[in-house]
Amino acid sequence: MGQTFSEKILGRKAGRVVRAGEVVTISPDYCLSHDNSAAIIGEFKKIGVPQVKAPEKIIIILDHIVPAADEKYAQNHKTIREFVREQNLPHFFDIQHGVCHQVLPESGLALPGKVIVGSDSHTTTYGAFGAFAAGIGRTEAASIWATDEIWLRVPETLRVEFHGRFPEGVFAKDAVLKLIGDQGADRGNYEAIEFAGPAAGEFSLSSRMTLANMAAEMGAKNGYFEPDALTIAWVKARTLQEFEVVLSDPGATYEAVLSYDLSKLEPQIACPHTVDNVKPVSAVAGKPVQQVLIGTCTNGRLEDLEIAARILKGRKVHPQTRALVFPASRVVFLEALRKGTIEILSEAGCVIMNPGCGPCLGAHEGLLAAGETVVSTSNRNFRGRMGNRDSEIYLASPATAAATALEGKITDPRTRL
Amino acid sequence: MSTGRVWKYGDNVNTDVIFPGRYTYALMPLEEMARHAMEDLDPEFAKSVKSGDVIVAGKNFGCGSSREQAAACLRAAGVKAVVAKSFARIYFRNAINLGLAVLQCDEAADSLASGDEIDVDFSAGTITSGNRTFKFFPLPESVIGIVQAGGLIEYTKKKLGL
Ligand code: SF4
Repeated sequence: MGQTFSEKILGRKAGRVVRAGEVVTISPDYCLSHDNSAAIIGEFKKIGVPQVKAPEKIIIILDHIVPAADEKYAQNHKTIREFVREQNLPHFFDIQHGVCHQVLPESGLALPGKVIVGSDSHTTTYGAFGAFAAGIGRTEAASIWATDEIWLRVPETLRVEFHGRFPEGVFAKDAVLKLIGDQGADRGNYEAIEFAGPAAGEFSLSSRMTLANMAAEMGAKNGYFEPDALTIAWVKARTLQEFEVVLSDPGATYEAVLSYDLSKLEPQIACPHTVDNVKPVSAVAGKPVQQVLIGTCTNGRLEDLEIAARILKGRKVHPQTRALVFPASRVVFLEALRKGTIEILSEAGCVIMNPGCGPCLGAHEGLLAAGETVVSTSNRNFRGRMGNRDSEIYLASPATAAATALEGKITDPRTRL
Repeated sequence: MSTGRVWKYGDNVNTDVIFPGRYTYALMPLEEMARHAMEDLDPEFAKSVKSGDVIVAGKNFGCGSSREQAAACLRAAGVKAVVAKSFARIYFRNAINLGLAVLQCDEAADSLASGDEIDVDFSAGTITSGNRTFKFFPLPESVIGIVQAGGLIEYTKKKLGL
């Protein structure tokens, strides 16, 4: 019987053949945490071991509330920095680097065939590189620090096949929003989602990251793209580390196989207050918008900033709208700076912010007032997520966000390209 | 081995009915949490549940919020295991890490009824009720260990000899 990539990767780690539904105890390759490391340190201290078991596997990236928005966050960051020094943790990224899910791959740590767990739900992003990557809880992260072990349930796999080409103005974000809208926010509960089909291999790595990132919004444990020549070249440019490409067998068992024709897709938007409340942008076009957010781990990469710049070049953000741009990382920021993308966005009136999560989780840097509406390229629109229970969050592609910034109201980007 | 009784429920039993949201921010001792277990689904449950009883349910048990009390309260009430067709992902992890056994078994979920006698053998991976036996994926030693130690932190301490 053929096996899925999840069964194979976890089986290798467990040292035996495993199948979906089984629970394995394994030693992960990496364990990620961010500003919540302060809480994990607290749990770790309760266990009572003086030293972490495998310092080289711990990755800590400060990104959620950077620079510290208030005293409390400043203290958390300080606690984390002291712990990192005391425990000699080699993979520590302080506030200048950017969002963890962008920084970790850029640092050559997201590799095919690896098992990466993270105390953040969008850890699924590294599936874009053929890794098994899943979100875990804080207590579990503390336990990994102490023991270098975690138990994982081997997930069933949902296969989503993409065919055809994106029409002009339609992007990976539209495809994943359509998928979540059609299938519902818990369709992928505890499953792996394998993104496949002839079109999947044509997606850029940035686009693959957008899809794998949002697999979490379907309840999935992990997402996956089969690593190809593009993946291998990308990771080899960033690491000398060995890795093994793990593919699903041809006869693997899938819970279901879904098929999507990209050529029939139009721009999509997730309406308040759930990610699966998805409509075509055309259905809500015209709604006034006070803020636009371009960035986050979902859509803050170079291709995202470039498409926004293409739409905003030589034009101005609408006077009644604020446009915030958060490059996903310092690396992205520098590239966009050198290519002139940042200049175009700034000239158009965008506020260029520091790489990081920004207002995505509602802590600082551009929160909303009651009655305001935002179009954001992020991944969650739960009530109050961006700071105010009486504000409305719409999720869309960078193109839709940029077109909306230009018009001051929700706008189909196909009319602006 | 001690046998318990089955408490049977349907699909999509969410964390709000297992442990009501109105209590989530009140810090309360475990015994008190047990008194609110399943309050909004089955008021009889907390009154009559006995140590060793087993909850049997359908699909997606524990969906909804990630509140850990929804697992802790059942364990505190003496529930030996929850058997379901499937579990919401976060509930499944929370349950084990807080010391509550969660077992996936379609056949048992279909066939068992409220009041049936039930016993679970964790290491053999079997559920028995009268002359019926159902198999579930046996949990690895380490996971049984977490459940038996009463949760992940205690388990880790024990494992490290602390
Ligand atoms: S950008 Fe938003 S979704 Fe991504 S890691 Fe940060 S807070 Fe989470």
